[in-house]
Amino acid sequence: MPSPVTAENRLNRRLGVDAFLLLMRVVMSAFVVLGLLMFIGQQINPDNFVASRINPDATGLTAAQFEGLVISGLSQGAMYGLIALGYSMVYGVLGFINFAHGEVFMVGAMTGMITSNKLDESGAWESNFLLSLLFVLVIAIICSTLTAIIMERVAYRPLRGSPRLIPLITSIGVSFFIQNVSVVLLGPGAKSYPTLPDWLSKKRELFGFVTIEGTRLMVLVVAAISMVALWYLVERTKIGKAMRAVAEDKEIASLMGINVNRTIVTTFAVGGAMAGIAGILWGLLFRSVVHTTGFLPGIKAFSAAVVGGIGNMGGAMAGGITLGSAESVAPLILLEPWGIDGVSQLKDAVAFLVLIFVLLVKPTGLFGERLSTEDRA
Amino acid sequence: MSAAFIEEPSDEELPARRMLDQDWRKVFKYGLLLALVLVFVALTNMPVNLDRRMLIEPIFSMGYLSLFWLPAVFGLVVCREPVLAGMPSYAKGSREVLAGSLVGLIGGAGLSFLTLLLDNFNLREPLVNWSPQLLELLSFQRDTAFGIAIWLPIGLVLGTFGGLTHLLSATTRRVLSWAFVSVIAFAVFETVILDLSEGFAWLGAEWLVDELYFIRGGLTMHGAAVLAAAGSLSAAFGRDRAHRAKERFQALEGTSRTRANTIGLLALAAALVILPLFLGGITNELLANVGLFVLLALGLNIVVGLAGILDLGYVAFFAIGGYTAGILTTANRGESWPDWMPQFYWGTALVVVVILAALAGLFIGAPVIRMRGDYLAIVTLGFGEIIRLLFLSDWLGGYTGAAQGVTNIPGVQVFGLATVKGTDPRAVFYLVLFFCAIAVYVSWRLERSRLGRAWMAIREDESVAEAMGINTVNAKLMAFVVGAVLASFSGAILAAKVGSVFPNSFIILVSIVILVVVIVGGMGNIAGVIVGSVVLIGILGGPRQPGLLQEFSEYKLLIYGVLLIWMMLKRPEGLVPNVRRTRELHQDEYLQDAWLRGEIDTDSEPEDDSHSNGNTGVLPA
Repeated sequence: MPSPVTAENRLNRRLGVDAFLLLMRVVMSAFVVLGLLMFIGQQINPDNFVASRINPDATGLTAAQFEGLVISGLSQGAMYGLIALGYSMVYGVLGFINFAHGEVFMVGAMTGMITSNKLDESGAWESNFLLSLLFVLVIAIICSTLTAIIMERVAYRPLRGSPRLIPLITSIGVSFFIQNVSVVLLGPGAKSYPTLPDWLSKKRELFGFVTIEGTRLMVLVVAAISMVALWYLVERTKIGKAMRAVAEDKEIASLMGINVNRTIVTTFAVGGAMAGIAGILWGLLFRSVVHTTGFLPGIKAFSAAVVGGIGNMGGAMAGGITLGSAESVAPLILLEPWGIDGVSQLKDAVAFLVLIFVLLVKPTGLFGERLSTEDRA
Repeated sequence: MSAAFIEEPSDEELPARRMLDQDWRKVFKYGLLLALVLVFVALTNMPVNLDRRMLIEPIFSMGYLSLFWLPAVFGLVVCREPVLAGMPSYAKGSREVLAGSLVGLIGGAGLSFLTLLLDNFNLREPLVNWSPQLLELLSFQRDTAFGIAIWLPIGLVLGTFGGLTHLLSATTRRVLSWAFVSVIAFAVFETVILDLSEGFAWLGAEWLVDELYFIRGGLTMHGAAVLAAAGSLSAAFGRDRAHRAKERFQALEGTSRTRANTIGLLALAAALVILPLFLGGITNELLANVGLFVLLALGLNIVVGLAGILDLGYVAFFAIGGYTAGILTTANRGESWPDWMPQFYWGTALVVVVILAALAGLFIGAPVIRMRGDYLAIVTLGFGEIIRLLFLSDWLGGYTGAAQGVTNIPGVQVFGLATVKGTDPRAVFYLVLFFCAIAVYVSWRLERSRLGRAWMAIREDESVAEAMGINTVNAKLMAFVVGAVLASFSGAILAAKVGSVFPNSFIILVSIVILVVVIVGGMGNIAGVIVGSVVLIGILGGPRQPGLLQEFSEYKLLIYGVLLIWMMLKRPEGLVPNVRRTRELHQDEYLQDAWLRGEIDTDSEPEDDSHSNGNTGVLPA
C-alpha cells in the first residue's frame, strides 16, 4: 500500500523491486552460462560427473544434428526477421505495436495456399513451377499489402493521437477479427500447400561442407533479396527518406512538405509486402496453414524486433535470426543439460524467455533504437 | 469523434434540401460497403446456420434477420450528420429517403450478384460455405432468377425504410424501436423464459408461455403481435414515469440517497439469491458461467480499467488458480507429488491458491512494471503463454498431468450440507455469486481508497503521478496482485465446477475475451463490467462456454473482434461508462466544448450539459 512517501522509505522500496530484478537477471544469466558449460561438458564426455548426476541420459549432439538445428533456426529466423521488419517500421513511424501484423503474414500464407492449389489443379504448378511460384508470390504480396493498407485506413488512422493503449487494443481486435474471418470463410481446419518439385526440396551440398534442404536455402535467399531491396528503398530512395523523416518527427516532416498520411500508408504497405513474402516462404517450408498460423510467429517476430532494437531495420533482421536460432538451438544446448524432459515442447517458451531476458538485461535491444528516440523504460 | 459542440435540433422550421442534391460519392461508398458486408455475411454461412432458429414462426428466422438489418441500418446511417453550431443545417426530407433507397438498392444488387455467381461457379474449394444451401436460401427456395430479381426490391425497401426513419418524430421512433426490441428480446431469451415459466408454473405462467411461443421454438404470430403492442405501449406511456422516477432519485441527497441506494442494492441481491431457485439447469449453468467471467473481468478491470496496465497474460492467474485448487483437492494427482501430501479441502486449498496467485502476480508484475504499456502487453502475453506451456510440458507432467490435465477433482463441501459441483449448477451459481459479491465489494472499496486513486493517477499520467509522490511501482504491483487473486478464485471455482483442468482451457484467447468483456462493458466501471459479462458471455457465450444464442457459437469470436474494434473507434469508454475515464478519453472534445462556450477559464462546468457531444452520454462530474 502506498503510505506517505519520504525520500528514505521510497529509496528502500525501490530497492526491493530492483533487487528482485537484479536477482532475476543473475539467475537467468547463471542458468544460461551453466547450461552452456554443462553442454560443452557433455560434448566432451557424455558421462562426465556433472552430467551423470543432472542429466543421466546425456548423449551430446553430433555435428550433423547441430548443423541441422542451426540451419532450421536460421531459415525460421529469416522469416521472423521479414515479419519483424513490419513491426519495426510501423513502430518507428507511429510508435505503436501493430498486433495484427502477424495476421497480415497469415493472409499472405493463406492466399498463397489458395493460389498455388488452384495452379496445381490446372497443372501449371508442375509444368511451369518457377513462373507459377512467381505468380503466387505476387498475388500473396498484393493481398497482404492490401490487408495492411485497409487495416491502417479503417482501424488505425482514426485513432492517431488517442491515448497509447487505444490503438494497441484496437490492433488486438483487428488481429482477432482477421483470424476469425479466415475461420468462417475458409473453415477452421489446416490446409496444405501442393507438393514442391524434387529438384527444389532435395538436400544439397553447399560450399562442400554444409548440407541444406533446397527449400530452406530458398527461404534464406529470398529473405536476403527482400532485405536488400528494402534497404535500398529506405536508404536510397525519396520514399525511404520521407519514411525516415516521418519516423523522426511527424510535424516537422509535414512542414517540410512530406505527405505524412501517404508515407504512413507506404510504411504499412511495405511492411505488409514483407509479411506476405514471409507468409509464402512459411507455406512452402511447412506446407500447411491454419487461421492461427499468424499468431505465434507474429508475437515472436515482435520479440525479434525488440531483441534487435525496435525501429532499427538491420536490427529486426538480426533479431529474427537470433531468435530463430535461439529457439531452435537453445532447448537442446541450454535446457537439455539441466535434465529437462521433452525440451522441444518448450520451444515457444524459449522464444518468450529470450524476449524477457533481453528486456531485462538490455532494454534497447542488441542494436539499440535508431529511428525512435522515444523513451520506453 | 471530433464533432464538438453539437446542438440539439431546434423546433424552428429548417429548410430541406432538394431531392437530387445528394452527396453522390458518399451514397455510392456506403452502397458498395453495404454490398460488401452483405456478401461477407452471406459467405460466412450465418444466414444458413441461423435459419434454424426461428424468431417468429413461421415467417421470420434469425438467418434472414442477419441479412435484413444491414440495409436498414446503412440506409439510416448514410444521411446521419452532426449538426454543427454555426453551420447551416437542414430538415430531413425526400433527399434522405432517396439516399437510403439507393444505398439499399446497391446492397441488394450485391446479393443478387452473389446469387448469380453461386449459380454459375463453384468456389467451394477455398470458400467452404459456397454451397447449394446458401443459393437456396438466397433465392427463397425458388429458382435462381427469382433470387436474383428479388434482392433488388428487398434492398430498396429496407434501405428506404432506413431513410424514412429520419422523418419520424422522436416519439414514433422510440415506440417502433421498443416494439421491435421487445419482440427480438423475447425471441432471443426464449430458453430463459421457458425455464422461468417452469419455476413459476403455480402462477399459471406455463399457459402464457404456451401462447407466446411455438412448440419447436420461435414466437407465435399472435405472441409477437402482443409483445410488439406491449413494447410500444410501455415506450409511449412508461417513458415519462421512468423519467420522473429518475429525477426524483437524482433529487435525493445525503442520507436519503444512500438509503435509496442501499434499498436498491438489497433488492438486487435478494433477486439474485431467490431467482435461481425458480430457474432450471440450463439457465443456472449459464448464470454460473457468467459469474465466473464477472469474477475474471472484475479482476482485469482493476488492472486495465483502474491502473491502466494492459495485461494480456491475465489467463495465467486463472490457470494458476485452477491448477492449484485442482492438484490440492484431487485424489488423482500426478505421480511426482510425494505420497505424504494429503488431499486438501477446497476451502483450505483456496488459501494456498490466494498465496500462490499473489506471488505469481508479484513475479510476473515485477519484471514488467517499468516497461511501457505496449511492451508490457506483449511480455505479459508471453508470460501467459509460458505458464500454459509449462503446464502442458512433459517436464512438469509428473506434477500437472501434461496434456491430460488434472482430473477427478471433487466438488466443494459446504459445511457438510451440500456438495457444489458441475452437476448442480444452482449450487455452483451460489458459490460464484458469493465470490462475485466479495469481488464487487473489494473493487468498490479499492476504487475509492488511496490505492485506487493512485491507480487512477497512474492511468492518467504516470510521470505526473510519480511527481505527485505516488509510489508507482508498488501501486502497479498491487494492481497485479489484486487482479491475480480475483482471477485465481475464478480458476479455483472452475476446477471444482468442471471437475478437471486442462492446459487448453487457459489459452491466450481467454485473456482476450475477458479484455473484450471489460472494454465493451466499460473500463473502470464495476456495473459496466458486470453488464459486459452478462451481455457477451450470457448471450454469445465464452471461449468454451455456450451462451443463449448457441447458433452463434461459430461466429462469437468474429463478433468479439468486431466489437472490440468498433468500441475502440466509436465508444472507447464502453457501454456503461465511467465518468472519469470518459473525460480522459474525450479530453480534446471537452476542452473544445468548454472553449466554444467561453468557459475555458471557469473552475466548474455547468450542470446542464445538453449542449455537449450527445453520443458520449456523460455529464461532467
